[in-house]
Amino acid sequence: MVAHIGLGFLVFVFLVSVYGIIASIVGLRKQAFAWVESARLAMLLTFPLITVVVASLLILLLTNRYEYSFVYGVTSRSMPLYLKITALWGGQAGSLIFWSWLLAAFTTAVTLRKWDRDREFLPWVILTGLVTLTFFLSLSIFFENPFNRFWGTPTGEVEALFQPAGSIPLIPQDGRGLNPLLRHPGMIIHPPMLYLGFVSFVVPFAFAIAALVTGRTDDRWIRITRRWTLVAWLFLTMGLVLGARWAYDVLGWGGYWGWDPVEIAAFMPWLTGTAFLHSVMIQEKRGMFKRWNMILIIVTYALVIFGTFLTRSGVLSSVHAFAQSAIGPMFFVFIGITFIVSLSLLLYRWADLSDEGVLYSLLSRESLFLLNNLLFMGILIVCFSGVIFPLVSELLTGQKVTVGPPFYERATGPLFAGLLLLMGIAPLSAWGHSTVKTLGKALWKPALVSVLAFPLVIWLGVRNGWAILAFWLVAFTSSVTLYEYGRAVIARAKRTGETLWVSLWRLAQKNRRRYGGYTIHLGIVLMALGVVGIEMFQTETQATLRSGESIQLAGYTVTFRQLDEFNLPDGRNVARATMDVYRGNRYLGELHPRRDYYWDANQPMTIPGTRSTMEDDLYVLLVDWQPISSQGATFKVFHNPLVNWMWFGALVLILGTLIAAWPDRDPEPRRVAVPSTISVPERVF
Amino acid sequence: MDLAHQPQVEQTVSVQRTSANKVKFLIGGLLIIAAVVYLIISSATANAQYFMTVEEIQQRGSAVLGRELRVSGAVIGDSIQYDPQTLRLEFIVAHTPGSQKEIDAQGGMAAVLHAAVMDPNRPRLKVVYNGVKPDLLRNEAQAIMTGRLGEDGVFYAEELLLKCPTRYEEALPEQVENSDNGN
Repeated sequence: MVAHIGLGFLVFVFLVSVYGIIASIVGLRKQAFAWVESARLAMLLTFPLITVVVASLLILLLTNRYEYSFVYGVTSRSMPLYLKITALWGGQAGSLIFWSWLLAAFTTAVTLRKWDRDREFLPWVILTGLVTLTFFLSLSIFFENPFNRFWGTPTGEVEALFQPAGSIPLIPQDGRGLNPLLRHPGMIIHPPMLYLGFVSFVVPFAFAIAALVTGRTDDRWIRITRRWTLVAWLFLTMGLVLGARWAYDVLGWGGYWGWDPVEIAAFMPWLTGTAFLHSVMIQEKRGMFKRWNMILIIVTYALVIFGTFLTRSGVLSSVHAFAQSAIGPMFFVFIGITFIVSLSLLLYRWADLSDEGVLYSLLSRESLFLLNNLLFMGILIVCFSGVIFPLVSELLTGQKVTVGPPFYERATGPLFAGLLLLMGIAPLSAWGHSTVKTLGKALWKPALVSVLAFPLVIWLGVRNGWAILAFWLVAFTSSVTLYEYGRAVIARAKRTGETLWVSLWRLAQKNRRRYGGYTIHLGIVLMALGVVGIEMFQTETQATLRSGESIQLAGYTVTFRQLDEFNLPDGRNVARATMDVYRGNRYLGELHPRRDYYWDANQPMTIPGTRSTMEDDLYVLLVDWQPISSQGATFKVFHNPLVNWMWFGALVLILGTLIAAWPDRDPEPRRVAVPSTISVPERVF
Repeated sequence: MDLAHQPQVEQTVSVQRTSANKVKFLIGGLLIIAAVVYLIISSATANAQYFMTVEEIQQRGSAVLGRELRVSGAVIGDSIQYDPQTLRLEFIVAHTPGSQKEIDAQGGMAAVLHAAVMDPNRPRLKVVYNGVKPDLLRNEAQAIMTGRLGEDGVFYAEELLLKCPTRYEEALPEQVENSDNGN
């Protein structure tokens, strides 16, 4: 019954979206407001309708209805309630429905805004949103239906929506259970965050398309979607960071990012999205880069759909699995069509999107933003070429060649370093015209402070030249950013007589976007510190220990005390080691690296024992042991310096984005007229 | 207000200056593109992993010495030697075809692995790996190794992944087939 309701509403919402598409097209052709209004209502209806589908799927998951193959695949009787709920996005069929639900929520929210000034955008935004939604719903209905059941036929077991002739329904007693790797808090919120990021990029894309079609090619579409883009970017960033944290906590290999094709697929829209966030500012301030912004948002949308296609199931899957799934070709067709249509629209409006200004000097703010965009694109190209490298090499030479993490690290390292440097310079350069002299005047004080980083890191024992450079970049960018903050706060406090804290608060409030941006930069710099720490200074060792024996690493001594093996009521067999950790002679405490074995999924999972401080992480893995005697066990120990700064930086970054995206009533920023005025509007205190 | 940040405004911008500007930006842009291309090509040549079969390694021999290779083969169960104290693992793999088509033509991965282990005339390769012995390392498992060929003809693996055909067919997620310490 529940499944019938769910299936019925799934088909219903699909028909409503198709109707909405038709209504908006008719409304556009006939210039009839009634049709557009009807399309708008259809759009608004999709969200409650999909909510019913999601609710019925949740009921199936919670009531152990294992005759449905989706429920069977992701839950089991022993799983706790919260995991049964989050199993919704633990499998492919459910995650597609979940994606559609989030998309409907966002497009519905955007449909509810006040459209007074932007009436002409409305039908096109609805059309773009609904076309995307219809595509995902059609995947759910025709290819990955979550309401498929098991049927027994004379020739074997089949999965189908309706009972095949001569078959009997099969009802398994228990499910296979959610992949144990996904039973982790990080993994519970990681996919929704990533999906939210993906989904909310559909909004700026829809407005870009509307702007292209209607010919309203000023920056109105950018102003409307500025906050949406920031929110999309925030979710995407959080999704990526949570995924990294999950890998660090659960995958048990001492790292957080493996340059896996699936990770790269989620990272690529982040790169174009970040470039977009920067380059729209130039369009707002100077009326330039209009075509480039269109290209960026179109590419971001294509990469979002591509990323969904690669990550849709929420777990890393092999390329091999895609060939077996019918939805692979569908995705390529959809990406191809939307990409070609949007590019054609862009070419059609090419002449209308000409620049209103010119680039004057290489060191002006807009030139540096352009450079920032080029570097982001450079990283994108590195990522993309790494992913397609095996295909191309096989095509050209017949020899299959692949590239691994060292390729990405080496090729993107200098580009990331360049971005870090730019983050320090660009905020101090002026719009329009800036020379070495003016920039030097603005930069010399914080630059001088950052030079102190050299003796400091050398005194701390860093000898690697690249590492010293990286630490200096971190110091430079953070001193510039803090200097910018400090100078403005002090100036304001002097002028108004406020205390420094009040002045900081008021300042950030007055120019949220700017100080939010600086805070994001500070977050990125702190994350960079963590990345440099773990990438350049990670050390590891492994050994087989008897009880009482120890391993030494980076000044730490880890002593193996005992190993316990026991079963837990949630279907796990746990082997847990107790280790004593000393630094020098000082006793620091116990660590419990363990291995969980999930009976239902027939799968082990290695959970590290971690001692985490802002200085470093000691990360101990239990990799092997002799089950009966418990005489010897093998451990792998990693020393990950500074890695905690990565997670801390991510929190700062979230704070910064919230500051920048917080709703306010500020008037639209003025265009900078260059070079006819002398004033520098960015520096109005 | 800090006067240091004020641009020195040029009131007259001649056409000549604009085109000189364009050249400047063009050169700058080209330099960056060249840098990206250089980074990709140099990093790719330095870090490329070649996919090879056991047979190809035996044939090319010295030509692939020291290069990073990715080899796949069938594990011969009797050859597995493991010392848990030093964590040194040795085993021998037998040649399996590299292309999916050939594997399908020979009746699937399980059949191919079985045939490879049974055939004493197949090209074989000795593998040495320092690390914990993966649970899935057993007779007729498919081992995928990344590493380098030593001058002694032994393959020194830095990374070891294992796939078991019986579990492979259940279409479980990829991690299940990987060894825990594959990374």
